[in-house]
Amino acid sequence: MSGRFLSFAAKTLAGVAAAGLLAGSALAADFSGETVEWVIPFKEGGGSDKWARFYAPLLAEALPGNPSIVVKNMPGAGSTKGANWFAERAKSDGLTIFGTSGSTQFPYLLGDPRVRYEYSDWNVVLATATGGVAYLPADLAARWKKDPKDVIANVDFIYGSQGATRLDLVPLLAWEMLGMKVEPVFGIKGRGAGRLMFERGEVNIDYQTSSAFLSKVTPLVEEGKAVPIMTWGALDAEGNVVRDPTFPDIPTFKEVYTDVKGEAPSGDAWEAWKAFFVAGFPAQKMVFLPKGTEQDIIDTYSAAFKAVTERADFADISKKRLGVYPQSVGDDAKAKLVQGTVVNQAAKDWIKAWLKERYGVEL
Amino acid sequence: MDLLSIALPALSEAFSLILTPTAMGYLAGGVLLGLCVGVFPGLGGIAGLSLVLPFVYGMDPVSGLSLMVGLVAVIPTSDTFASVLLGIPGSSASQATVLDGFPLSKQGQAARALAAAFVSSLFGGLFGAVVLTFFILIARPLVLAFGVPELLLLTVLGFSMVGVLAGRSLLKGLIAVGLGMTVGAIGEAPAQGSARLDFGSWYLQDGFSLVVIGLGIFAVPEIISLLRQDRAIAKDAKLGAGWGDGIADWWRNRWLSIRCAAIGVVVGVIPGLGGSVVDWIAYGHTVQTTKDRSRFGNGEIRGVIGPESSNNAKEGGGLVPTLLFGIPGSGSMAVFIGGMILLGYEAGPQMISNDLPITYTVVWSLALANVVGAGLCIFLSGGIARLTTIRFPLLVPFLFMMISFAAFQSKQTLWDLGALVAIGLLGIFMRRFDWSRPAFLIGFVLADQAEVYAYQATQIAMVKGRTGGLEGMLSYLFTPVGLILIAIIVASVWLGMRQSSTLHQDESKPETGDKRGPLIFALLVTAFLAAAFADAISVSVLIDKVFPVTVAGLSLLGAVILLLQMRLRPETDVVFSDGERHGEDATAPIGLWPTLAWFISLLVLTALFGFVIALVLFFIAFLRVRAGASWQSIAVMTIGGVGFMLLMAGVLNRDFPPGLLQNFVELPWPFGGR
Repeated sequence: MSGRFLSFAAKTLAGVAAAGLLAGSALAADFSGETVEWVIPFKEGGGSDKWARFYAPLLAEALPGNPSIVVKNMPGAGSTKGANWFAERAKSDGLTIFGTSGSTQFPYLLGDPRVRYEYSDWNVVLATATGGVAYLPADLAARWKKDPKDVIANVDFIYGSQGATRLDLVPLLAWEMLGMKVEPVFGIKGRGAGRLMFERGEVNIDYQTSSAFLSKVTPLVEEGKAVPIMTWGALDAEGNVVRDPTFPDIPTFKEVYTDVKGEAPSGDAWEAWKAFFVAGFPAQKMVFLPKGTEQDIIDTYSAAFKAVTERADFADISKKRLGVYPQSVGDDAKAKLVQGTVVNQAAKDWIKAWLKERYGVEL
Repeated sequence: MDLLSIALPALSEAFSLILTPTAMGYLAGGVLLGLCVGVFPGLGGIAGLSLVLPFVYGMDPVSGLSLMVGLVAVIPTSDTFASVLLGIPGSSASQATVLDGFPLSKQGQAARALAAAFVSSLFGGLFGAVVLTFFILIARPLVLAFGVPELLLLTVLGFSMVGVLAGRSLLKGLIAVGLGMTVGAIGEAPAQGSARLDFGSWYLQDGFSLVVIGLGIFAVPEIISLLRQDRAIAKDAKLGAGWGDGIADWWRNRWLSIRCAAIGVVVGVIPGLGGSVVDWIAYGHTVQTTKDRSRFGNGEIRGVIGPESSNNAKEGGGLVPTLLFGIPGSGSMAVFIGGMILLGYEAGPQMISNDLPITYTVVWSLALANVVGAGLCIFLSGGIARLTTIRFPLLVPFLFMMISFAAFQSKQTLWDLGALVAIGLLGIFMRRFDWSRPAFLIGFVLADQAEVYAYQATQIAMVKGRTGGLEGMLSYLFTPVGLILIAIIVASVWLGMRQSSTLHQDESKPETGDKRGPLIFALLVTAFLAAAFADAISVSVLIDKVFPVTVAGLSLLGAVILLLQMRLRPETDVVFSDGERHGEDATAPIGLWPTLAWFISLLVLTALFGFVIALVLFFIAFLRVRAGASWQSIAVMTIGGVGFMLLMAGVLNRDFPPGLLQNFVELPWPFGGR
């Protein structure tokens, strides 16, 4: 039986009048007997949902008073519905927390008219990074290994995409910067469907986020059907793109670019790519408390997430489900928030112009 | 032999894992939970699984899997209660069951229909497990043979079933499909996310959910119609044939059951098709292979056995993409994958190479859960069938509560109820003027995949053509699998055409009245299609534009032809069918609008006071004024009904939509809301 129902029953017994008092007098740093709702603006079963459900029991153990934590899905309008709700309606009593992903950040960065939320209003308590790996079928990969320039100049690529304004913006722009001829086939439902098209030979280039690559593509690599060619990289403490710690042997897009073009990437396109890469991968998923939450509640949550990520068995249990990536808390999380949501206007404008010119999408 | 030598040791290990008291206990627990969740329409496996997920973490793998599988397996079984007894499609898996199951209930044969449905489910589930045991070992290359062109052909096969479901006027049936597809195109375009047909409303941005469409098109018209009769669901409040007859019916139609179970497995196995068409393909197949088709739609037991045999088999088939590829075939399977990760198993090809015993544990837990669940349901069906002998007005508040609660699971706002009323009105008039509702639903369900697969196939074929020439293009589009599918489609269309010509010859003259009503409805449909066409033209991204322009344009053309027919033909023609002129609805003691007003009053009350308070007021007012119940029984029914819903909502962590009142006063759950 869920905590929500028990707390409802308890409150009913205490009388409706007392219920208001109870909620008001909850001690900030102690959540005994309370129910924390973790709102996820996506459907059940998606990446963010799994991520929240991975953390929820661990967080419940780490918070003082061991509240019950329920994951509440509030999907709609590409996650902007849930985010708007959180910005406008969530109470700042520490009993509602919110998980966002790259799909919540991209509309915010691109000035989507549906967005009525402001990231800098919220209080970040956790930031989870991920990465991405691009791979080719074996025959193309062999040519790529010999001479990437030949493949870039002479191969027609097809790529299964969820849409140019989604996370796919990062790979599509990267490939275009390299000069590859990639025709995206739009309308696939999730990266799993893209991988299936790759396995069927309908598309000849694909990318997966780290955890999906580890579990679903590694068997294909072992069978010799797929070969990774580049990762998007990771961010170091100074904000530089470096090799992905989960895939230290695979070059980053930046390295491939430098190798192929003879110089490191720079200019508007690179700045724009980097900004959206950070929002989509190193700062992909974050947990927030609402605007106006008291500092001791924020500190309590930060400490709880810190305790979770410092558990002796954390590396072990998280490896399979989240990959080997920094889970940032406290000031590190704040830095991630800034890197992932504060993008200069020139980069935003460049991306918008590119989307319009290349894909006819007007935002 | 090779297959056997791999399968048998793993199989015996799997059975030694399942057949322990602990695992069986969890399985039974999951089944009971699934039955409770499943009888509530609209909730389905996602809600049930989300409920157990927090407990699964830390359980031993076999117990955890048994619990989850038990729960998932019985959902398509238990939702049959609502479909057959009340005409409410419990989930997308049992929409076709409503067509003949509910008329049987009205004839007092609810127990027979239920028992036939449950035996079919049981058989379908077992059949699925047996096939899967061997098939799962060789499934991977077969599944990979289904590329985008083949998926498109399977979608076309789904559409070909419209032939037998179109009703008396083929033209009206075709417009109904087009209307369904146009409604299905509402919202964000699947390719580039252009806003389509949402007329600036955020609610329409994500389109209508299948639950709201299913309830509005099937449940609302039936409930309103019965309420106008002011009697029990079963005519004369008597129960005829019992559950033994249902089992005998199934045995007589066992070959049909096998064929439909096979359809269920095959469609379930293929990722990307979605489970919601399985029951329609099975229903279409049932109609096509039945000699005397006159009883379909009026209580033909084969119309229950076919779809019910397929939908449980589909759950088994759906394990293939879920376990082997990590691609969930449905929302509940997506949550199931999440649960497996909690238990330490990652879906993927290694489920066969390394974890075969666990895979078989899942497959056979599913079969066992079907046995336990269906057995329990057969046992209960005799008693529960008595619901159909209760005077209908006494049931109505509960039904409105159930369908509203189900609709709220869509987006959890008041607009869900508004949408239900609007689609319900459409359903009422489609029923009255004899527009095929199944055709509309098939159009709605298949719209998205028809669009996506059509342009993906085109786009990929063009790139293949660029590199491999015409030959490369053709060999991509027309694979052996594709050619087989084309043959099946041709056969299906031929059967459908042959059958629709024999179907309507001996039928009595259509019920028609004057021209006014049917004409006004046809004009409204035409106006909507014209507005949709205009909106589609204004979409700027080409790839998002082609589909709605084509569909709305062709439907509009059909509607114009229909209007011409109406201009030229006499008022006794089929195009003027009007159920209000003859038959049951014509003689109903109570009019349509006073009856509908009750439903709308629930919407208005919810907008003012939030759903829970509105529901209490509605229960009291309806039971007193309309049903004439005593104060004592009103109290019992209100507390029982609303209390049960609150219990479900509490356990499942659901909120209720707030009204105007909640803007001013902050109320605790469940009266408050978001």
